[in-house]
Amino acid sequence: MNTPNTNSPLLRVRGIAKRYGDRVALHDASFDLWPGEVLAVVGESGSGKSTLLNAIAARDKPDAGSVEFQVRGGGLQEVFTMTEAQQRMLARTDWGFVHQNPADGLRMDVSAGANVGERLMGLGERHYSRLRATAAEWLGRVEIDPARIDDAPRTFSGGMRQRLQIARNLVTQPRLVFMDEPTSGLDVSVQARLLDLLRQLTRQMQLAAIVVTHDLAVARLLAHRMLVMQQGRVVEAGLTDQVLDDPQHAYTQLLVSSVLQP
Amino acid sequence: MTTATTEYNFAYLDERTKRMIRRAVLKAVAIPGYQVPFGSREMPLPYGWGTGGIQVTAAVIGPKDVLKVIDQGSDDTVNAVNIRRFFQRTTGVETTTRTVDATLIQTRHRIPEAPLAEGQVMVYQVPVPEPMQRLEPREAATRTLHALAEYGLMHVKLYEDIARYGHIATTYDYPVLVNGRYVMSPSPIPKFDNPKMHMNPALQLFGAGREKRIYAVPPYTPVESLCFDDHPFEVQRWDEPCALCGATDSFLDEIITDDRGTRMHVCSDSDHCHSRQQEQQQAPVPRPEPEQALA
Repeated sequence: MNTPNTNSPLLRVRGIAKRYGDRVALHDASFDLWPGEVLAVVGESGSGKSTLLNAIAARDKPDAGSVEFQVRGGGLQEVFTMTEAQQRMLARTDWGFVHQNPADGLRMDVSAGANVGERLMGLGERHYSRLRATAAEWLGRVEIDPARIDDAPRTFSGGMRQRLQIARNLVTQPRLVFMDEPTSGLDVSVQARLLDLLRQLTRQMQLAAIVVTHDLAVARLLAHRMLVMQQGRVVEAGLTDQVLDDPQHAYTQLLVSSVLQP
Repeated sequence: MTTATTEYNFAYLDERTKRMIRRAVLKAVAIPGYQVPFGSREMPLPYGWGTGGIQVTAAVIGPKDVLKVIDQGSDDTVNAVNIRRFFQRTTGVETTTRTVDATLIQTRHRIPEAPLAEGQVMVYQVPVPEPMQRLEPREAATRTLHALAEYGLMHVKLYEDIARYGHIATTYDYPVLVNGRYVMSPSPIPKFDNPKMHMNPALQLFGAGREKRIYAVPPYTPVESLCFDDHPFEVQRWDEPCALCGATDSFLDEIITDDRGTRMHVCSDSDHCHSRQQEQQQAPVPRPEPEQALA
């Protein structure tokens, strides 16, 4: 992380395909992700966005294709040929996964502090005071009152839960975070604060991120580049402003014109 | 003593079942702390009363064994009396209450105070063999965690204790790391007994009947209680000695003796307490004033 190899991408995805029975969920998706880059994947419901995300994050093995990740000090390595232990290690150190529903990514019955500290404990941190200090610091960074460190996420509001989930993922200083609709389910003002926070954190930590969203405003605010998906295919890819201001594909044009302007 | 009722096979279980259990025990001994599934049978006592322990005992007991059964350290509580009588009837083996004389000790929730020796076998009754069950209820998930030795979750539990109570408040069923590899539930023994498991010369077998798991700690195996660097593992302490024998180094039970809340502390291990009292009567050494505890 200290000396990012700027000559090769952080993540290289080639020809990912996934079928559910006869139904093609994902057809030949390929892209590169560079360190510190935020990529938005947009498209309507059922267009294969989440399938793509789960396949890249090795949560659901695709039928074809390769995902290579630049491991620390090891160059690009194929994720699917790693052992399960290596994949899980990657998933809780260099990667993060922010679920749409915070309850899927948090332990709702243990305190916020333990939620943030769990990854560190999994990596062998055995010093209570240090864990607690780190947890308090991270709660502060995601704008949760550190006085609530001992409260269970069950008592938190939706926006706080989502921010806690982000803190829990970022505590190991990952280089790549997968986000599945991180802002849907939140009201607009909370959404705006969360987006602001995410933008700040990705910039501070030089974090690369793949954000799945159906909200073009989220893509506009967060992402450097975007992929537009329709029926399991990537129909358009490019710089965010370019795609949103000058959409080329008919579907993208439809998508952009569908946004309500207040 | 061969007055066993002949309607039953020796030790109640049929030979094939015993062989199946012995296989599980062998595997458990080969992989210290690993939970081996086995085909738990229905036993003539309810789940939660020691169906796992009783099956393990039945599988390893031989006619020359001397059996001791304790329940919370005591030889004369219902559970202990019943299981002891069960094996008297079905095997005719000699039974004892003295820890040093026993070759096989079935226990619920205690390890005897007298040090165990080589050749002795401890059989623990286990209600919940999975130490992570509270935090991760999915069995498939916990199995993966064991397989990959991902035990961060156990420390989440201890962290929660400290966050809530200021110290590790788990006092029984305190998780241990066996042989540097598997995290194991030591059955609900008080954490006072955890250090006794470490490098113990006796063979320790654990049976969970309802959950259908057997696991083991072979003789002289390192058993380490989990802790934080700044919150080290500690055992319970008492301010007063045992009111009956004056022991200061044993696990004490608090007994309320009347309706006004008068209480006394006595050894939980009844054999340990009795033998100490007998020694004191034979060689009248000055007793460390037991009345003080009653006052």
